Amino acid sequence: MFVVVTAAIILTMALALTRAALGPTVFDRILAINMFGTKTVLLIAVLGFLTGRPDFLDLGLLYVLLNFIGVIAVLRLFTYRHFGETSET
Amino acid sequence: MILDILSWVCLVAGGLFGLIGGLGLLRLPDFYARMHGAGITDTCGAWLVLLGLMLQAGLGLVTVKLVMIGLLLALTSPTATHALAKSAWTHGRKPLIPEEEGSSNI
Repeated sequence: MFVVVTAAIILTMALALTRAALGPTVFDRILAINMFGTKTVLLIAVLGFLTGRPDFLDLGLLYVLLNFIGVIAVLRLFTYRHFGETSET
Repeated sequence: MILDILSWVCLVAGGLFGLIGGLGLLRLPDFYARMHGAGITDTCGAWLVLLGLMLQAGLGLVTVKLVMIGLLLALTSPTATHALAKSAWTHGRKPLIPEEEGSSNI
């Protein structure tokens, strides 16, 4: 039964990647990639249970933080054209 | 036995919500409407799948880690979505409103 949930999550990831490839604006792409990251966390958790070794959950914790920081960093870069460092002029 | 059935119901419902949200992300016509589709997978899908895994794991360290993942998702996902919506609004993306319903175009 874990296989069904894994297949559903992978299919959702494929849909999100399709929207990220199609997306007319950059915000659609960021939204799709954010959702892709969330689904990656769920996939890691379910795959740990599928293979009988639920030790991968620490990687899931790490992926949540990476996903959040990545989205905020991309938004900052898109808005301000830099990451917030002091200008050199 | 009852816990098993509850766990499978939660897992399958979570996968279903994920699929529905993915379809919504692909099919809805507007950026803000697509955000609604992504919100379904971030809340209902993620929490139902995590709840099903918690019921499957029982009490222990694994459940604590799953609760931590859920709490982190509940903290970071609305923040990221809010920042994304605010950035899109600042950059001038307007929501798609049918003309005959809303006379005051925001």
